[in-house]
Amino acid sequence: MNDRSATSTGWFADIDPADVEATTEAIREKTAEEPRDWPAEAVDAGFADDEVDYYAKLHESTVESTREAVREREKADDQQLKHSIRAMDDCSRTANELAERLAEWAGTVDPDAGTGIEYARTLARGEADDDLAEPAIRSLAERVADLADEADELREFVDRRTPAVAPNLSALAEPVLAARLIALAGGLEELAKKPSGTVQVLGAEDALFAHLRGHAPSPKHGIIYTHDAVRGTHPENRGSAARAVAGKLSIAARVDHYSGELKPELEAELAERIETIQARTTGDDAGSDGGAADE
Amino acid sequence: MSEQLPAGVERHAFDGTDRLATRGEPVYGEPTDGEWRAWNPHRSKLGAMLEVGMDTGLEGGETVLYLGAASGTTVSHVADFAGPTYAVEFAARPVRDLLETADSRERLFPLLKDARKPETYAHIVESDVDVIVQDVATRGQARVALENRRFLADDGRLLLAVKARSEDVTREPAAVFADVREELSEGYDILETELLENYHADHLGIVARPR
Repeated sequence: MNDRSATSTGWFADIDPADVEATTEAIREKTAEEPRDWPAEAVDAGFADDEVDYYAKLHESTVESTREAVREREKADDQQLKHSIRAMDDCSRTANELAERLAEWAGTVDPDAGTGIEYARTLARGEADDDLAEPAIRSLAERVADLADEADELREFVDRRTPAVAPNLSALAEPVLAARLIALAGGLEELAKKPSGTVQVLGAEDALFAHLRGHAPSPKHGIIYTHDAVRGTHPENRGSAARAVAGKLSIAARVDHYSGELKPELEAELAERIETIQARTTGDDAGSDGGAADE
Repeated sequence: MSEQLPAGVERHAFDGTDRLATRGEPVYGEPTDGEWRAWNPHRSKLGAMLEVGMDTGLEGGETVLYLGAASGTTVSHVADFAGPTYAVEFAARPVRDLLETADSRERLFPLLKDARKPETYAHIVESDVDVIVQDVATRGQARVALENRRFLADDGRLLLAVKARSEDVTREPAAVFADVREELSEGYDILETELLENYHADHLGIVARPR
């Protein structure tokens, strides 16, 4: 949009100082290879009366432009994430449902028909036995394969975007899990404001309300079950692991929302805590991978 | 230890203890004494560098390029005693607070830009600034300082706080610091270094001038 070859013009070049839209855009979009004595050049060019006037104009323009840029970036990002992760889930759920339907249908034509998305992909590529002359079946298989591809692409999008929105949260959890938590809470700010006990059971609302109504045990974990530190811990200690993970993820979400700075130490602290939990002696032999003793 | 505080930075008593202070609108709930507000070295690496007595060469009134301004805690103090201050920060969230700081400081210019890409703000930041203050929590901190050397006057100063954990959490901070110093010397003469350990774990303060 702007002329990159004009390496040495200031943000104020060819702009009417009264045109707020143009000045804010110039601050945001222009580039230059080397800095120059902009205050003096702006005065020479008649953009400002003197240095004092220049700095006053610069202050006004940078504040206005930066405020706009911040507003845009903040609004865009976590909402984009929320929609993309939901779309990803919808695509993969639908692909799976249709793959089941397809397997059932194809089974009536070809006794060797497979199941699942992979089978749909082979059918769509036309690699399966060509007894399946029915074009309607192949066409359905193509839809399934497309939907599955779409889900994969959305996952890549989430992997790429989440670290920009929530750097600490996605360092501690997989970007996909981080995005899911943000989506379940309704946004990064909402997630940052939730107590860690709530984060621990996000995604397990059914079980939680059954418990609150008094006819079920309290859920130990919601969606954070997919975190390696929870899943990789012996069931007996999983509650503790879930609590530790939820605690650190809550802190990460708060740092991301309120400060945005990267805190690599959170990761090390969580790893240390999980190691302690996993090293605990469990009540039966199944936990022996941690070197645990029998009763 | 001899005190070499810039004009506009003084020691004032807050609750009976002498602390660094600058004159300006309070921004983060710091204690105040009249117009003076306390500068907390635990929350500010530059504050810590002054507190441990490093010779920053700051005199007051300088033109400053501040990289890694975050929410503006330190920048607000810098803008209180320095001249025109360009504050660069890449994360959107802290810039929201930085903007509030800038409201009452007419020579503070907040910029939502990436310090690793100086060409995205070279059309705004003037040449020959007197001081670059750098406190960025990314990998490649020496590289950032070298890339931004183009803004610094030949007799200017680089005041750099290196965060070891941003380079590599798993390595010994001392090894990280050695690497940073070596890379930095491609473009700078290092005048002084000091660990900021009492205020910031695993941080090294560096004063350097362009080579």
